[in-house]
Amino acid sequence: MDNLAVDIRNISKSYKEVKALDDISLAIGQGELFGLIGPDGAGKTSLFRILCTLLLPDRGTAMVYGIDVVKNYKAIRKITGYMAGRFSLYQDLTVEENLNFYATVFGTSLEENYELIKDIYSHIEPFRNRRAGKLSGGMKQKLALSCALIHKPKILVLDEPTTGVDAVSRKEFWEMLIQLKDHDITILVSTPYMDEAELCDRVALIQEGSILSLDTPGNIMGNFQKRLLSIKGRDIYQLKNDLEDYRNTGSVYLFGQHLHLTLKDYREDKELRSYLSDKGHTNLEVKEIKPNIEDCFLELMTKVK
Amino acid sequence: METDSIVIRVRDMVKKFGDFTANDRLSFDVQKGEIFGFLGANGAGKTTALRILCGLSLPSSGEINVAGFDIYTEREKMKKRIGYMSQKFSLYEDLKVYENIRLYAGIYGLSRKRIRQRTDELLDTLELEDVRNKLIAELPLGWRQKLAFSVAIIHQPSIVFLDEPTGGVDPITRRQFWDLIYQASRDGITVFVTTHYMDEAEYCDRVSIMDAGRIEAIGTPTELMDEYDSVNMDEVFIKIAR
Repeated sequence: MDNLAVDIRNISKSYKEVKALDDISLAIGQGELFGLIGPDGAGKTSLFRILCTLLLPDRGTAMVYGIDVVKNYKAIRKITGYMAGRFSLYQDLTVEENLNFYATVFGTSLEENYELIKDIYSHIEPFRNRRAGKLSGGMKQKLALSCALIHKPKILVLDEPTTGVDAVSRKEFWEMLIQLKDHDITILVSTPYMDEAELCDRVALIQEGSILSLDTPGNIMGNFQKRLLSIKGRDIYQLKNDLEDYRNTGSVYLFGQHLHLTLKDYREDKELRSYLSDKGHTNLEVKEIKPNIEDCFLELMTKVK
Repeated sequence: METDSIVIRVRDMVKKFGDFTANDRLSFDVQKGEIFGFLGANGAGKTTALRILCGLSLPSSGEINVAGFDIYTEREKMKKRIGYMSQKFSLYEDLKVYENIRLYAGIYGLSRKRIRQRTDELLDTLELEDVRNKLIAELPLGWRQKLAFSVAIIHQPSIVFLDEPTGGVDPITRRQFWDLIYQASRDGITVFVTTHYMDEAEYCDRVSIMDAGRIEAIGTPTELMDEYDSVNMDEVFIKIAR
C-alpha cells in the first residue's frame, strides 16, 4: 500500500532479558489519529523511539511514509515531530526562544508555520518572554506540542502527553489533537488512560510487548463477547469481596461507585440475587450495560494470563 | 464528632511564595481510618499542601495538627507517625526487594526481630516470596507500587500520604492497589491520596477539590455528584476546575 504513514513488520526489541517488544506488526494510514493504549512497561515508548529513529530494533523493519527508519533515518527526522514523555525543552530559554530554536534547527521560522500552531500557541503567546521552566504543567505541554509542530511534520509522535495531567487539561489537550487532524497530520499518541482510547480513530491495546487488540474503539467494544452487569450497592467493597467468592462470577471489577460483573452462566441470574441478599446486600441497583474500553482491556489482559 | 478521632486538623492554612498564594486559607478535618481524596488541577496547590502536611515545609500561617502533633513545634515526632509514597519516588531500584523493606523498617525504628517478622508477612501477603532477592529495577511497575505502599505503612503509621500512587499502572494492578488501600483503612490507617483518575476519586470516603489555591468543594463523592448535578466525579471535577 502506498498511502501508509507507518508500516511496522515483526519488530522485536529486548533489553537484556526483558522483552520490550515481541514481534509487533502494525500499519497506520495517513491522517489517522492512532492510539497506543497500555500501562507503563507495555512497550509503548520503545516502539515510538524506534519510529523516531532514536532506538534500533533487534529484528524486523519499520517504514514511516515509505522511508526505512534504520537505513534512512535522517530523512525521517525531517518529517517527524516528537514529544517525549518527559518535558524536554530548554527550561532556561523563554517560550519564544524555545520555539525559535526548534524552528532554526529545522531550517524554518515561527512566522512560516504560524498558521499550523496558532490555535495551540495563542494560549501561551501572552507568556512568550517567560522561561519554559517557570510555566505551569498545562502550558509546558502546549509549548512542547508547538515545538513538535514547528517544522510542519507529516507525522506527530506523542509519548504519554497526558500522564500526570489533570482531567481538565487532558480534555483540552485532546481537543487540540482533534483540531490538528484538519491539517493532514498523522498522529500517534500513547496513553495509560483507557478513556482516551475512545477519542482515537483506531487503537492498539498493548501489554508486555504484544498487541492484545487492534481496531477502532467501536469495534473493540463491539467484540466484547459477554453480557456485562453494573451493580451499585451501599457497601461496595464488601459487595466486591462477596462477588469474588461467588461460584458463578466470571469477573468482577470496581468502576468508581459501581461494580462491573460478568457471569459464567447467565441462566442463574436469579441465584445471583438470592446469593447477594443472603449476604445482606439489599437495595442493589443492577442493570445491563455496554462495555467501555477499560472493560475490554481487563478482559483481554486476563485472557492472556 | 469526637475530637480524638480527627487525625488531620487544618485551620486557615496559608502558604505564600513571594506575592503568589499557593494555599489560600485551607480548612478541613480528616477522620481516623478515612480514605480522603485530595484532588485538584495541576498547579492548584495540592503538592504545596501535601508537603506541609508531611512536615517538609512550613506554612506561612494557620493551625495544623497531624497525627496529634503540632506542625510548628512537633514536626519530628509527627514524621514518625506518618508514611509517604509517590509515583515518582518510592523504592531504591538498585537494592533488592528484602533490602528495601529492611531499610525502611530500620529507618522507622523497628527492632531486628520485628523487621524479620514484618518482612516475611509482607512478602507473603503480596505473594512476592519468589522475588525476595531480586532488584527493584527488575520488577514490573505494578508490583513495585504495591510493595512501596506496604513499605510506607510498615511502621503502622496513623496516616499514609499517597501522591498519585497509581499513575501509569495497568487497570488490574490499579484495582489491586486500591484493595490494599481499603485494607489499610480497615486496619485504622488514615489514607490521604491524590490522583488524576476520577474513578478512583469515587473510591474515597470523602474528597476535596482544589482550584487556584482554595478548596472549592468537599464532601462524599455522592454528595458532590448531587451538589454539582453530575453522574460521576469526572463531571464534578470539570465543572469546578474549568
